[in-house]
Amino acid sequence: MSDLSIDTSNLTKNFGSFTAVSNLTLSFRGTKCVGFLGPNGAGKTTTLKMLTGMVHPSSGSARINGIDVQAEKKQALYPCGVLIESPEIYPALTPREALSYIAELHGIPASETPGRIRSVLDQVRMTDWVDKRTGKFSKGMKQRVNIAASLMSDPDILILDEPSTGLDPRGMAEVRTIILELKKQQKLIFMSSHLLGEVADFCDEVAMIDQGRLLIYDTIESVVQRVSGQGAAVEIDLASSDLTGVQEKIQTIPGVDRVEHVDARTFLIRFSGGLPMQQRLLEQLVAAHIGIISYKPSSGMARLEDAYLNLIKGGY
Amino acid sequence: MATVNAPAPVTRPPLPTDVVQMTRVTKYELINYVRSLRFTILLLITVIILGALTGVTAYYRPPALLVNGLAFYGTWWTVITFLVALCAALFGGDAISGEFQNKTGYFLFGHPVRRSSVFLGKMIAAFLASAAVIFFYVAVTVANGWYYTGIPPVQFWESVSFTLIYLLGALGFTFMFSSLFKSGALSIIVTLVLLLFGFTIIDEVVTDLAHYEPWFSIVYAGGIISNVLTVPFPAHFTSTMIRMGRFHLTVTTYNATIPEGIAIMLIYAVLGTIAGYFLFRGEDFT
Repeated sequence: MSDLSIDTSNLTKNFGSFTAVSNLTLSFRGTKCVGFLGPNGAGKTTTLKMLTGMVHPSSGSARINGIDVQAEKKQALYPCGVLIESPEIYPALTPREALSYIAELHGIPASETPGRIRSVLDQVRMTDWVDKRTGKFSKGMKQRVNIAASLMSDPDILILDEPSTGLDPRGMAEVRTIILELKKQQKLIFMSSHLLGEVADFCDEVAMIDQGRLLIYDTIESVVQRVSGQGAAVEIDLASSDLTGVQEKIQTIPGVDRVEHVDARTFLIRFSGGLPMQQRLLEQLVAAHIGIISYKPSSGMARLEDAYLNLIKGGY
Repeated sequence: MATVNAPAPVTRPPLPTDVVQMTRVTKYELINYVRSLRFTILLLITVIILGALTGVTAYYRPPALLVNGLAFYGTWWTVITFLVALCAALFGGDAISGEFQNKTGYFLFGHPVRRSSVFLGKMIAAFLASAAVIFFYVAVTVANGWYYTGIPPVQFWESVSFTLIYLLGALGFTFMFSSLFKSGALSIIVTLVLLLFGFTIIDEVVTDLAHYEPWFSIVYAGGIISNVLTVPFPAHFTSTMIRMGRFHLTVTTYNATIPEGIAIMLIYAVLGTIAGYFLFRGEDFT
């Protein structure tokens, strides 16, 4: 499965005079999770639709495992599970029938289909609704069945467009669990999302676009280092409120960019140098005997959010 | 938090052929149709028409109707083109446009299936669902006809065959509109208006004012469905001059011959299907 790949080359989509996606070139190889971020109207969904043959590119190409999606959509999507926007399921069908439909399109043997349906509906917690018609389902319930449909063929590649859309907090947490589990199963996941926490939690890499143009594509750590305006940060609490000379002491540690006094016993330390520096900083703070009682690195989400906002407003 | 049971691993089977996938689309579209309100409404309309015809025939026993099989079937069968128009519009009108408008296409088209398989699968399903309604009408008509006039004449079965060809043509035409418009309601209305009134008005205008044969009209071609039950088969062309004082008026009538009617209906089926498919293939899910 290591030869899994998604590639776009100068992918462009014009709707009349409006350019939704402009010369987008991306390439993912192997098994990982890539987050796709950008503000509303940035061109994320249009890109994913071109990757799955739902929208025809104005120019450029999209390939999955080297197969051109436009020329050979059926073969290109063979190893894929796709969830684009929030599809409506045929209202007269039950989840069992809708998933059987998908199974039959994928050629899953009839003997395996009931087991697969049970398994994917169990993942999305919809087994109690297996024989109810989907026409009466809430948006969140439909989205759960849609996620189940995208997993029916046990795909090697998942292309997901804001999979948590329409779900309640519990549903969103469940989707995260599912995606984390899928990550362990050695799949290539390309997922757009508005939720930075979602991307920070389980994506290895991130691609950010705005106004149809790719701004950056790299590992999350690199993106944060390259783009974050304020670098990484840790917040420390000290046991004593007598802080004479402490700020200066911290400031002398190599790699520390700035030390801010937050309140009577708390400092915010901004530093650069990534995770290795974060580890060294902790060791040096302990060695400095300043009475440190807690050490809280800023969350991945906060750092990614910082980078995201810098990129989007700054046109990196 | 959900406890995730990893799905049982499956060996990915080879993808089914396009034809097999097309039959799957047909199967699930048929399930959709049979469970839909519109199918129930169509059956209800059919039952009402058949009930009215059965009641009137049984109560009044009109001699002109019961004189022979051709007269009986000729009368009962006049409604069939109306039913075909309803079936084509209601089953085919939003078959494609609905995929865009209702976003059901997003459920289907993320999977490895060609648009041609989906298009043809849906068309076959619409044909089968419509044919079910028509055969229900045929069954009740034949039951009544057998009771009053005996075995149906061979011309009736010819007419049934022409009706199915007309249905094919009407569906080709309907699917073209369904691919053209992104609104299901619009494609249903356009199809209904054209098949029920539009073509008839155009045919009249072209024939009476321009004295031109409306060979381009599927409704004109569909005339063979009722004409085959008329003995002798109506003349292809008649022109009658009516004098009114100093003025005179020439009334022109055209009747499609059977080969011509079949050819026009098949051309509608083929060209409508091809045009509809290419429109559908080029459409973006936006």
